[in-house]
Amino acid sequence: MAYSEKLIDHYEHPRNVGSLDKNDPDVGTGLVGAPACGDVMKLQIKVSDDGIIEDAKFKTFGCGSAIASSSLVTEWVKGRTVEEALTIKNTDVANELNLPPVKIHCSVLAEDAIKAAVADWQKKHGREPSVKPNTVQGDRSALIEKGVLKSGI
Amino acid sequence: MKIPIYMDYHATTPVDPRVLEAMLPYFTTEYGNAASKSHAFGWKAEEAVEAAREEVAKLIGASAKEIVWTSGATESDNLAVKGAAHFYQAKGKHLVTCKTEHKAVLDSMHALERQGFEVTFLEPEPDGRLDPAKVKAALRTDTILVSVMHANNETGVVHPIAEIGRIAREAGVVFHCDAVQSIGKIPFDVDAMNVDLASISAHKMYGPKGVGALYVRRKPRVRLVAEMDGGGHERGFRSGTLNVPGIVGMGKAAELARLERDAEAVRVTALRERLRKGLEQELDLLTVNGSLEHRVPGNLNVSFAYVEGEALMMAVKDVAVSSGSACTSASLEPSYVLRAMGVSEDLAHSSIRFGLGRFSTEEEVDYTIRLFGEKVRKLREMSPLYEMVKDGVDLNQIEWANPH
Repeated sequence: MAYSEKLIDHYEHPRNVGSLDKNDPDVGTGLVGAPACGDVMKLQIKVSDDGIIEDAKFKTFGCGSAIASSSLVTEWVKGRTVEEALTIKNTDVANELNLPPVKIHCSVLAEDAIKAAVADWQKKHGREPSVKPNTVQGDRSALIEKGVLKSGI
Repeated sequence: MKIPIYMDYHATTPVDPRVLEAMLPYFTTEYGNAASKSHAFGWKAEEAVEAAREEVAKLIGASAKEIVWTSGATESDNLAVKGAAHFYQAKGKHLVTCKTEHKAVLDSMHALERQGFEVTFLEPEPDGRLDPAKVKAALRTDTILVSVMHANNETGVVHPIAEIGRIAREAGVVFHCDAVQSIGKIPFDVDAMNVDLASISAHKMYGPKGVGALYVRRKPRVRLVAEMDGGGHERGFRSGTLNVPGIVGMGKAAELARLERDAEAVRVTALRERLRKGLEQELDLLTVNGSLEHRVPGNLNVSFAYVEGEALMMAVKDVAVSSGSACTSASLEPSYVLRAMGVSEDLAHSSIRFGLGRFSTEEEVDYTIRLFGEKVRKLREMSPLYEMVKDGVDLNQIEWANPH
């Protein structure tokens, strides 16, 4: 499969690989996907007192596109507010990395990882999650419904 | 050592230079049509085709009259399965096969289902082999065909074909064997194994692509309805002008396989074991998929737990291998062969197939071991699953947000 240069760059030189202390009250952890589906993403954000994401780390089990998608979103969320991070859409990731159609689900997972990490951080601070992650990876009908997968694929 | 290294001998093999040399005159000087009976050009071509037929027959213990040339094993499988089903349908409409067969057999079976045939798809054992007792239990009075491959293309696992053939023979049921991955690698004898129909491919045994053969037993005679209508070539089994250079190449490849197979098997098995032991020394948490004992020499199918197969292939692009990961297919489903054997989905996603062969070297194997060691360690450092397991988390106890 032919991948874009950006994707290969993120895969070969992934940014922000690693872990933050999941028990730190300022850290939100999102773990999405499932091993059986071939993709699991762990995204962690460290949020400052004024609501800005000052650090982000990831670990991903998945194909090259999944690794690149998670690497990209760690770069994107850093320096943004939590609210701004939530505006990142899977289509932004897919367009940036020029993901082929069969790999769109990787970007869906990356978007979900952000939502899950933010929701975890909000929970730690006694707030209701502003959005719920809706991981649809591996679920073909949900992917089709979301318009990220064409029925023929 | 040349980079990239080819370790995908199940997908295809390079043409042996001796095979190419044998083929060349049939493109330019001996270019006659083997069906031209009226002049020397045709006679020369026919002579070459018949010599090749002898060679292929000799390799599998058959007689030359039992060899039908085809365009490759997919056509051979289609002709065998559909041709036998269509011929014997008056006797019954039940067929038996295994879930781990090649798609050329499985999809032919599905096509027959749509025509009103009934197919039993048997499950292999966890080691990948089909238990002959299951075949026996599946047979019915209306069963007309059993189709089981000799060696599997993903795992290299060798099925107990002689026993399955004997069961089919005793029941008076035609037995087809897709022997693409085994012929030329390990002994295959149509009489010893009670095979009635056998599919063979040239490009899996150092011959050219686009040519194959189907063995069709004459005693007791096996009948088929032809799939291809036309000039009545190949005794009516397969019309179409013969691919003379390809056939000559396949004949030469068969001759070389007959003369060199046993020595080559010893050498390639040693390389395979070097690779396996080297990887096991280099890395923990490896699983070999399928029986190691009953396996073609050049195959190693390994799951590198907590690393996804396609990501690994991207990391080791200096070595050409293939993976059972869903990400290498358009279907988003991992290998059906491994799944049928009961390999868990996550390990199926993590599987890599190494295929070694005639031109593989120790140097290449050693390079591969080092490369895989380095890259698997790197990807595991990046894997949340590996981290969790190392922290003592039981992944099976986790309720994943969306397990499909």
